[in-house]
Amino acid sequence: MSSLLEVSGVSVSFDGFRAINNLSFAIGPAELRAVIGPNGAGKTTFMDIVTGKTRPHEGRVLWGDPPVSLLKMTEAQIARAGVGRKFQRPTVFEDQTVDENLTMALKAPRNPFAVLRWRRAQADADRVAALAVEVGLGDQLPRKAGELSHGQKQWLEIGMLLAQEPRLLLVDEPAAGMTLAEREHTTRLLVDLAKTRAVVVVEHDMEFVRRLNCKVTVLHEGSVLAEGSLDHVTKNPAVIDVYLGRG
Amino acid sequence: MTRAFLMRNPSVLWFLLALSLFTLAVTLLSEAGMGVLSTSFVKTLGKTLCLCLVALAMDLIWGYAGILSLGHMAFFALGGYLIGMWLMYARTEEIVVAALSSGPLPATPDEIRQGIATQIFGVVGASDMPAIWAQAHSLPAQLALVLIVPGALAGIFGWLAFRSRVTGVYLSILTQAMTLALALYLFQNDSGLRGNNGLSGLQNIPGLDGVPQETVSLWFFWASALALGLAYVVLSHVVSGKFGSVIRAIRDDEARVRFLGYSVEGYKLFVFTLTAMIAAVAGALYYPQAGIINPAELAPIASIYLAVWVAIGGRGRLYGAVIGAAFVSLLSSWFTGGRAPSVNLGFYTVNWVDWWLVLLGLSFVLVTLYAPKGLSGLIDAAQGLRVPDRKGAALGPDDGALMEQEGRE
Repeated sequence: MSSLLEVSGVSVSFDGFRAINNLSFAIGPAELRAVIGPNGAGKTTFMDIVTGKTRPHEGRVLWGDPPVSLLKMTEAQIARAGVGRKFQRPTVFEDQTVDENLTMALKAPRNPFAVLRWRRAQADADRVAALAVEVGLGDQLPRKAGELSHGQKQWLEIGMLLAQEPRLLLVDEPAAGMTLAEREHTTRLLVDLAKTRAVVVVEHDMEFVRRLNCKVTVLHEGSVLAEGSLDHVTKNPAVIDVYLGRG
Repeated sequence: MTRAFLMRNPSVLWFLLALSLFTLAVTLLSEAGMGVLSTSFVKTLGKTLCLCLVALAMDLIWGYAGILSLGHMAFFALGGYLIGMWLMYARTEEIVVAALSSGPLPATPDEIRQGIATQIFGVVGASDMPAIWAQAHSLPAQLALVLIVPGALAGIFGWLAFRSRVTGVYLSILTQAMTLALALYLFQNDSGLRGNNGLSGLQNIPGLDGVPQETVSLWFFWASALALGLAYVVLSHVVSGKFGSVIRAIRDDEARVRFLGYSVEGYKLFVFTLTAMIAAVAGALYYPQAGIINPAELAPIASIYLAVWVAIGGRGRLYGAVIGAAFVSLLSSWFTGGRAPSVNLGFYTVNWVDWWLVLLGLSFVLVTLYAPKGLSGLIDAAQGLRVPDRKGAALGPDDGALMEQEGRE
């Protein structure tokens, strides 16, 4: 199976501290993957590298088929290429309405001249409305995002990600601060999404990872410690030692 | 203008109505009409409209895109210089041709050109036409340069600054340095723009000798009103659509905008260049009414005033910028014009010419602290708008992000 994203031999250090150490990782075009690891294992730095926020000192990050290097692209170009990112803390534009937030994220030309000429077609309005319903904000379109509850902001951000129609979704602790019912909804959504695109979920919560029922990558000190099904990695003595054993 | 556009921007109709009524009233009351307003006051009002126009540009770049530029009055002055070059050249040409026509032989084009150069640059001890005046004989060329030169300067400066991801207070300092450098350069006699003498006699429009100033002043007043009205409609359109959404998002959280796939630097450069060109047009309308321009107009303090007007009017809404610029600049000319009565405190007499700046500074501090929405807050209060309490949290993580109090609308 050819992979959508292939990270190989990537290292990055901050002031001498090796946050990522010879990390290799690959994911196919329609796959769900959970990335777990203790604090400081390099999960967020890994996402920063893929989205272009941090430049690695060595290694390759290849994308798509035929493969192109993501390392020479800006954050915006990477996002346009099809990498979407959901932050741990919900980051939506609080001064703008739910409608405006979703409209901005809709897949469309992104250059200033095109955006200046952009007019909302009926199809766009329908798409925004459908997305809002999908994330449970159907009746909240005219409200400012700043007025929403924490959970609603999480959903709005997920809605914005869907609007971007990314080929790869990087999701940072989606279940944080969600109620049980919301977690179940999130699980269903992520599993559903992974049927048509690649989804990488970074998560602390083992219960949530178990529910995703997918291949798991365990990070430790900036490199891959183990990979496989959750049951497989939880039996790995090294994993128990560095991660599970410490509670 | 579609209905939906007006529904989303009710201020556009109100603004155009107020502007037309104001223009009509000034026209009727001017010396060409009932003669209540002096020609110089009509010019002051016309100049005020130009300041409102540059305030609109400042609001777009600062209030909407969150970039506190302290250089937009430099683009304003550049626009004035560029139109001033044509005004001065063409006017001097008329005089030189008239003077030479009394000679026994008809003057050659070279003699005329030399005569103009001597007339204009004698004051700085030069008699050659500098290269930058190559197009000064042509009005269309000089009008095009009003857009091209400030646009190119803003484009190059912005590209260098935004590409390096300079933001916040550092960018403000950079723009201020650019303004200061430009002013210092223009102060030099060999800059080709007459050093600290600047360009003068700009109120005399070439070819309009027979038209009295009271009429010319009205024409410029109308042109300024038209430009302001047009800019208001166009900018309302720009900020109410998706483009406005994106630049407000950049103001509040630019990192997030990058992950949506928008090139933040491209948008900043676009807005910076566009607003520089609007400022230049405003300057090109302003200085023929002022009559004189010199490098002191580029002093960084002018751009700081511009920011103060927008802040006092209310950042992030177009009518706020216009109200702030009109209110503060008219009040300023009243106080500094010696017409405000001095206050006698017995032991000390408050002379407003000296104390106006103190008053302005104090009101700026008070507005920033206690009424961040500025004068626009009064309009909100009249409409009875309320919003939830955010406990002092700003609306985004960036330096330029709207503060909680500003976000209420």
